[in-house]
This record gives sequence, structure tokens and C-alpha cells, in this order.
Amino acid sequence: MNFKKIREKGVYLFFFLTGISVVVLLTGIFLMLFFNGLKTFRDVRFIDFFFGTIWNPSAYGEPSYGILSMVVSTFMVTLGAMLIAIPLGIGTAAYIADIASPKIRETLKPIIEILAGIPSVAIGFLGIVLLGPLVARTFGLSSGLNALNGSILLAVMSLPTIISVSEDAIRAVPRDYKEASYALGASRWTTLVRVTLPAAFSGIVASVMLGIGRAIGETMTVLMATGNAIAMPHGFFDSVRTITATIAIELGEVPYGTAHYYALFAIGAVLFLMSFGVNLVAELVTAKYREGKV
Amino acid sequence: MRLKRFREIFGIGLLSLSAVIVVLILCVIIFDITTKGSGVVSWEFLVDFPKEGMTRGGIFPAIIGTIFVTIITTIFSIPLGVSAAIYLSEYAKEGRLTRLIRTSIRNLAGVPSIVYGLFGVVLFVQGLHFGTSVLSAGLTLGLLTLPWIIATSEEALKTVPQSYREGALALGATKWQSIYSNVLPYALPGILTGSILGLSRAAGETAPILFTGVAFFLPKLPGSVFDQFMALPYHLYILSTQHHAIEQVRPLAYGTALVLVALVFMMNLTAIILRYKLRKKF
Repeated sequence: MNFKKIREKGVYLFFFLTGISVVVLLTGIFLMLFFNGLKTFRDVRFIDFFFGTIWNPSAYGEPSYGILSMVVSTFMVTLGAMLIAIPLGIGTAAYIADIASPKIRETLKPIIEILAGIPSVAIGFLGIVLLGPLVARTFGLSSGLNALNGSILLAVMSLPTIISVSEDAIRAVPRDYKEASYALGASRWTTLVRVTLPAAFSGIVASVMLGIGRAIGETMTVLMATGNAIAMPHGFFDSVRTITATIAIELGEVPYGTAHYYALFAIGAVLFLMSFGVNLVAELVTAKYREGKV
Repeated sequence: MRLKRFREIFGIGLLSLSAVIVVLILCVIIFDITTKGSGVVSWEFLVDFPKEGMTRGGIFPAIIGTIFVTIITTIFSIPLGVSAAIYLSEYAKEGRLTRLIRTSIRNLAGVPSIVYGLFGVVLFVQGLHFGTSVLSAGLTLGLLTLPWIIATSEEALKTVPQSYREGALALGATKWQSIYSNVLPYALPGILTGSILGLSRAAGETAPILFTGVAFFLPKLPGSVFDQFMALPYHLYILSTQHHAIEQVRPLAYGTALVLVALVFMMNLTAIILRYKLRKKF
């Protein structure tokens, strides 16, 4: 009898520890980035790091560590991706949730899932061999590896997230809302635009936030398809280099323990905080939504 | 009245069009990779080593490397993830700590994969002295898939009716006995589905393994978990951007892309079919 009790306690303790491990992991990731990144500022001034536009850590004599151009680049490709993915994603979600017959819905959902499962490196590859040349030809550019190319590919990568989360939100709108609207003589389209979508608004915002998070954090696609020119971009036809691409390119070559090495953790921390912020907004919006519903 | 009718048709047409575009995107991806890759993929391509500076030959070590690292990921992340899910679904009471755990899981799911790579370098490669190896890379990918596995496993556990648990408890079983005999067996297919989907993501990831163990080229297969390895996604990355004769190896890159996408696709399909059968059963 006593053995049983001890075993139960032990089992509980084991599961408790595994449950708590995710908190430890998230804290660990943050602290690792923070403390390694902080060492950058032994050699680099805070203001030069955040507001400098020139990133050239391997320059002879006077290396520079300005991250502004890559932050702007990251925002730019993300913005471009969202301009494409938000209308397309919400439109598709509305179609699946509200218009498609059950049979079509059951076919579309696995298709979205398969799209979500395509490795980012394969999308990046198609950016080089298929979309990049197409972009170059369409706009008469010498190379198609630019921010526009990256934006379109990132849109493809964030579409599944936006579609599936938005669709859940739209389907969660109570039936009575729609029925009341129909009873008042509203058409299908009017009901969707005036009743269903506004009721699902917070869920849709959350889906967009998660999509943005996906786009900001994506590495391989932008690394392969945006050309990686390290300068302040002036438009979508410029080649850009994002935060993620910079880490991917430079971490392999940098000597351990140098200012350059720590600077890569510092930009990793910036990246972490950006995606953390985006997720937090999604979380707050969803929490508010749940409150509103009860 | 006519304007209204027009708006109705136009609006709904627009929504249908966006769905069509999304399906077309997937079709273009699959079509391009399949048509240009299928000419390259042969039995020799699958079982040969790369030859002559990777300009000829096959991708055998990359396939084996990807399978090897995914096995390490599985061994690490499934037991840990399922246990955490059991804690959340069976033991945890709603409260601040549980909320903190759930928030952490959602945030971990949003952490960029390259950040997992940085963490893997500091913790596994340097901290635990595993070096750049299959083990380091597998563990890094394991951390990456953890939030996914926890979330899907918890969902699977939640679908098991409460009466199953109560039935066991009423017969005098302890909590653990009831979970072990009456809950886990019924949640198993759901857990499996989620895990396969999570692992298929891990198998296709590149960024987390860049600095934790993947190698440009190796003349032989990894002999232990402490060796470096070649992997399909990284091989595709090299062939399409880092190779000295990029145009010449383009067909090989297409072949690699096809094998990678097919591998991930088959894992996804297994999971989707499994889930479909499951839904019919309940």
C-alpha cells in the first residue's frame, strides 16, 4: 500500500518536472541570448549597434556593428509578405469556413496542411529557380533575388498559419449570429462581411500575428531568395539581408568569443524579442476574445 | 437590387478565387519539383554517394543522415512532449503555474528556428561538449518540435471521455494506473498523428542544424551519434547556392528537392490518413 503511494508521488513528480521543463526551456533560451548578446556591448556602443546602418564586423581596423539595415530589411519583407498573405489567407479561410460544401472543406484542409509541411528550403529553392527568374523577367531586372521575391515566398510560408487559425475563428462564430442576420433579410455576402467577420475579428488578428511571427523568423527562404546584399534597402527591387539570414551566414565562420560572435547572439535576442512581442499580441487578443465570448 | 446581386456574386467569387490561388500555389510547387526532379531520381540516385565534387552520383548519405537525426529527435522529444502533455491534461490544476506553462508552450512555438540553432550551439555543442554531431542536431530539433508535440498530444488526451478515467478510479485503481490503462491507449493514435506531423517538420528543417552538426560533404556514413552527418535539406541548400558549379548540378538539386518533399509528404499523408480513420472510429 505504501509502495503504491510512493509510486504515485514519484509519477506525479516526473510529469510535473516534464511540464515545467517548457518554462525552463523558454527562460533558458532568453537568458542564453541575453547574456551572450550583452557581451557585445563591451566593444560596441549601444547607440551604434541599434542605430548604425553599416554592418561590417570583419572590416580591418574599424569594424562596424549597425543592425538598422537588417532590421528594416526584415520588416520590409514581412510587410510585403503580409500585403499578399493577409487578403489571400482571410479570403481562403472565409471560403473554407463559410462557403465551401463539407466535401470541398474536407479536401481543402489537408491541402493547406500539406502546404504548411513543405520545407522552407524547398520554397527557397523554387525562389531561386522558378520565381526569381520570373520576377526578373517581369520587371526587367538583372536578378530576381530581391525583397519582392522573398516577400512572395514568405507569403506562401505564412499562408497556412493565417488560413487555419482564421478559419477556426470564423467557424467559432455562433450560428445564431448568422441566422439572425439572414432572418433580417441580409444576403450571404452581407452577413459574412457585416456579421461573421467582425465577430471573428480578434481570432483573425491573432492569425495575422502568428503569420507575421512566421515571416519574421523564417530563415532558409530569405537566405536563399533575397540576394543577401547588406545595405539599407530602398525598395522591393533591392536585394536585402534579414536578421535571420545574417545569423545563418555568419555564425559558421566567426571565431568563438569575439565581439562578432557575441553580436550574432545580440541580433538573435532582437529577433527573439520581435517574435515574442508578436506572439504576445496574439495571446492578448485571443485572451480578450475568450473573455468576450463567455 | 441589381447592384446588390452583382456585389454578392463578385464577393463570393473573390473568396473562391483566393482559395483557388492557394491550391494553385501548392500545385505549382509540386508540379515543378516533380516534373523536373523525376528524371533524376532513380535507384542509383537514392543509394549512391555523391561523386566528383557532388556533380554526379546520388544522395544516399543525405537520406540516411536525415533519417538518423530524425530518430534522435523522436527518442528525445516524444517521451518528453507526451509526458508534459499528460501533466497538463491529467494532473495540472488551473492556476498561475499552469497558465505560465501554456504561455511558454505557445511562445516556444513562435521562437524562430534559427534561434533554436543558436541555443543548440551554446547548450549541446559547447556546453555539454557533444560537438557538432547527430546528437546535438537531433536534440536541437527535438526542442524545436517539443511545443508542437505537447499541444497535439494534449488535444488527443482531452478527447478521451472522462468516464474512462472514472471507471478505473471507481474500481480502485490509482491515478497513474487509470492513466496508463484507460487513457493512454485511447489517446495513442491521436498522439501518434500529431507526433508524425511534428517530426515531418523537423525532418525538413535546415536552420537549426546548420551549426549543430550537419556537414557539407562526408565520404562515409556517420558511425555514431557523435559524428557529423549530411542531411537532405542542407544538401539541397548547398546544391542550389553554395556549389561551385550551380548550373551544372541543378538537376541534382531538383532530384534532392523531390526526395525531400516526397519524404515529408509521405509522413504528412500517413498522419492525415491515420487521423481520418480515427475520426470515423469515434
